[in-house]
Amino acid sequence: MKADKEIKKKRMRLSLPPEEYMHSGHLACQGCGATLAMRYALKALGPRTALSIPACCWSVIDGPFPYSSLSIPIFHCAFETAAVSAAGLKAGLEMVGDKETTVVAWAGDGGTFDIGIQALSGVAERNDNIIYVCYDNEAYMNTGIQRSSATPYGAWTTTTPVKHYKNRPKKDIDAIMAAHRIPYLATANISYPEDLYRKVRKAKDIKGTRFIHIYTPCPTGWKTRPEDTIKLGKLAVQTCIFPLYEVEDGSTWKINIKPRDKKPVKDYLRLQGRFRHLNEEAISFIQEEVDKKWARLLKYEEVSPL
Amino acid sequence: MKKQEPTPKIDFKSEKDMPLAPYSLGLMLHNFTGAWRNIRPEINLKECIQCGICWKFCPDTAIYIENEYPVIDYTYCKGCGLCAEECPTKCITMVEEEK
Ligand SMILES: Cc1ncc(C[n+]2csc(CCOP(=O)(O)OP(=O)(O)O)c2C)c(N)n1
Ligand code: SF4
Ligand code: SF4
Ligand code: SF4
Ligand SMILES: [Mg+2]
Repeated sequence: MKADKEIKKKRMRLSLPPEEYMHSGHLACQGCGATLAMRYALKALGPRTALSIPACCWSVIDGPFPYSSLSIPIFHCAFETAAVSAAGLKAGLEMVGDKETTVVAWAGDGGTFDIGIQALSGVAERNDNIIYVCYDNEAYMNTGIQRSSATPYGAWTTTTPVKHYKNRPKKDIDAIMAAHRIPYLATANISYPEDLYRKVRKAKDIKGTRFIHIYTPCPTGWKTRPEDTIKLGKLAVQTCIFPLYEVEDGSTWKINIKPRDKKPVKDYLRLQGRFRHLNEEAISFIQEEVDKKWARLLKYEEVSPL
Repeated sequence: MKKQEPTPKIDFKSEKDMPLAPYSLGLMLHNFTGAWRNIRPEINLKECIQCGICWKFCPDTAIYIENEYPVIDYTYCKGCGLCAEECPTKCITMVEEEK
């Protein structure tokens, strides 16, 4: 008993604030990465936040009217309008004297890389005062796993079946956003919640358009085990498939994690049913592409500020 | 971090009960997602080092902290197995639910 008491004196170690703004009872699949992204981001944003969410998994996860699983307001907007709806909300709030509320557009990869890109580009070019978060599960998941321009080379989706797997690379949305010279851009990953938290916290205190691109595994669409979600996120960084970095003013690149021993992409691919059909040749092609992209990123950092 | 209490279901008797704009009137805590579970995580607290990793990685916010130890809220835990997979001391085991 005495030992018991002594153990209890030790405090639980929490690396993130204990406050929750995302609650249980939501409708995401088991092991969904997108929910973790929301949970961590809201810890950083706090209660004075409003979201605009277009059609995507998150518009379902949240729950049907008259419920929500978030304790902050959400505006459900049209698919292609996440960025501009958020900018409108922000402008409206300012008109009524609310300067404090952070307005965040929260969209999937389809809603960002494809259908929402013109609204996003417009907002970024005007440097409207919002945070734009893209949670990237690398396909149109909500409608049943169709390919998007964020789907990586080699992946199976229902519109890129095994025999005709995706043969184009993932669009480099971060380079596109950096080219807009917005004040802040970061990539983040649910397996590195402290880093994600820090980036959203940092974004919150910056004015202008801020873009956060979060890697979020999707067990349903990737044909992965729900318990592998965190493992996949770590591998995505250790293999340099999804590097973690920040870009300030479109000119200063900073890589946050440089793996000492880069793991082979094979370790990452073999955990996922969506890549099961790939032969050695395709895998080495993916490895080459990842190496090239990583080398380019290192160069960017080396020569910045650009 | 604290245990969440279920919230009531909202029942509109007629359209007059409905709000003028479609804003939310309550949380989803009436939705007991524990019913989705096939396997349940069980923590052996003797081996627990109070690192908070299981709490941190739960996608369903279904682990709360009581007396400085993690507690699983079976009302909401969907049984994804992430907590067991990520626990550094492997003191969470996934056991088959009895039907
Ligand atoms: C204008 C318009 N076109 C198509 C749809 C159908 N739709 C709803 S959600 C969705 C997929 C969204 O994919 P993504 O943005 O990647 O989010 P995810 O579901 O993967 O989280 C589509 C195609 C729509 N709601 N509106
Ligand atoms: S389909 Fe994927 S992203 Fe959507 S809720 Fe399920 S696991 Fe999450
Ligand atoms: S099994 Fe999944 S849902 Fe249940 S407590 Fe563990 S991490 Fe949370
Ligand atoms: S992850 Fe394991 S050791 Fe850490 S707090 Fe949870 S049960 Fe305890
Ligand atoms: Mg998607």
